[in-house]
Amino acid sequence: MSEILQLQSVSRHFSGLQALCDVSLSVNRGEVLGLIGPNGAGKTTLVNVVTGVTPASSGTVTFMGQDITRVKTYQSARAGLSRTFQIVQPFAEFTALDNVAAAALFSQPGESLKSAREEARAHLAFVGLEAQSGQLAATLTLAMRKRLELAKALAMRPKLLFLDEVNAGLNSAEVERATRLIHQLAASGITIVMIEHLMKVVLNVCTRIVVLHNGRLIADGLPRDVIKNPAVVEAYLGQQYAQRSSAHG
Amino acid sequence: MTRSNLILLALVACIAALPNFGGSYTLRLGTIACMYAILALSWNVVGGFAGYPSFATAAFFGSGAYTTGVLLGKGMPLAVSVPAAGVASFAMASLLGAALLRLRGHYFAIASLSLIEVFRELVNNATDLTGGGMGLNIPLTAGSGVLADATFFFYAMWGLLLLTALMVTIVSASKLGFGLACVRQNETAANMIGLNATLYKSVAFGLSACFVSAAGGVYAAWVHYIDPSDVFDILYSVKPIVMALIGGLGSPVGVVIGAFVYLGLEEVVWRNYIQIHSGVLGVLIVILLLFLPRGLMSLRSRILPWRTKHV
Repeated sequence: MSEILQLQSVSRHFSGLQALCDVSLSVNRGEVLGLIGPNGAGKTTLVNVVTGVTPASSGTVTFMGQDITRVKTYQSARAGLSRTFQIVQPFAEFTALDNVAAAALFSQPGESLKSAREEARAHLAFVGLEAQSGQLAATLTLAMRKRLELAKALAMRPKLLFLDEVNAGLNSAEVERATRLIHQLAASGITIVMIEHLMKVVLNVCTRIVVLHNGRLIADGLPRDVIKNPAVVEAYLGQQYAQRSSAHG
Repeated sequence: MTRSNLILLALVACIAALPNFGGSYTLRLGTIACMYAILALSWNVVGGFAGYPSFATAAFFGSGAYTTGVLLGKGMPLAVSVPAAGVASFAMASLLGAALLRLRGHYFAIASLSLIEVFRELVNNATDLTGGGMGLNIPLTAGSGVLADATFFFYAMWGLLLLTALMVTIVSASKLGFGLACVRQNETAANMIGLNATLYKSVAFGLSACFVSAAGGVYAAWVHYIDPSDVFDILYSVKPIVMALIGGLGSPVGVVIGAFVYLGLEEVVWRNYIQIHSGVLGVLIVILLLFLPRGLMSLRSRILPWRTKHV
């Protein structure tokens, strides 16, 4: 299986705090990788390291055969790495359409504002926001802003997409809708790495799971194996969950 | 082109008729008004579009004045010296911007403020070139008569204002303007969508310095004598910001109107309250900003409520 992203003994510390410690991990082309772990485990830091927001203190990150450890955020974005933010980051004074158009405009070389807006319409339609395209991003509901983030990420025509808790704060109908979207994306051939706390969603969409705990990788494998892993149960899922899932399974 | 940009260009075009309506006092006032409109419009590129509150206007005004002054002293014509000052400033500000614009908010404001001091000291100490604290005499460049002189410099300043307005119009309708709006709203997200924020901010800073320096150059040729404390006066940094705030942050038409309203107020207050004019002016500005925190441009949507969009 070909690897699209590779992390080799990546560490990142914030002065005294070791947020990531010697993490080695590869993401295969076309898979949906679940990245789980308790709060503060380093999941978002891992995404930040890969996307160049907070570069690694040591170790290397390779994306499609190229070393991107020290590459700037905008460069990795143009190379095909895109992400959504756990805390949504819209351009609040722009309409939903211009938010997505901006993503298309600045990530693709040779794009004009006009063609970017046309493209943006298609992406908004895909996430079900075409009716809100003229609305200011600041006035959208949280669920809509989460989908707007997704549309922005898609407008960058990513090869690898990080979804940072796209379901956090959504109700169950909204989660279902978002899950359907993720399935569609995966089917279209985009490699996805998703950070997610809702195990139902993780088990539903992910083809592989890695678990972070205190900045270290403690498990890596198929979903059904990982959720039975004693270290994962201890660190994250808890005994109750393990009993419940083994009762079901 | 948007309607507000058309209004801006029309407004600037109307100013050209000023010499038909008054003598040298009116022309002097008109020249100063054009100069401050250039400063305020330029500040708006980095302060309004990109959201970086720069206090460096005076630094570039002074360096433009000195560049032009020195070049004129060496026998270069005005038509070469002023553009040279503008181009030099664009290059210098873009480079400085790449470093300074890493700072945000107050930190950037303070750092940009220090540029004035640095430039002033450089000019003060380069006595051979600039005359240091004694100032610099600049050879006469324009026509012979007082009125001909005033008319010439009025049109020189007005021409620069027109160029500045064109630059702002082009920027606001371009990919650069769109990108600066992204940077202003959310710089992290802007980087994340593949926008080279550092480059965009540096170009914005360069553009905001370029026309300010050219205006400084025309000013130097106009007044024939400059010294460091005159052209590196911090008021050249502060007034454009106040003008932009009075007019309406980010809106080029608003900024130009703000510049004219401010200068009008200053002139009227100065004439009527000579003893306490600064105090009266200050109070008026505070009142204006208290009741119109989004500037004079917000009046448009109050008077014409059906025009209000997206609120």
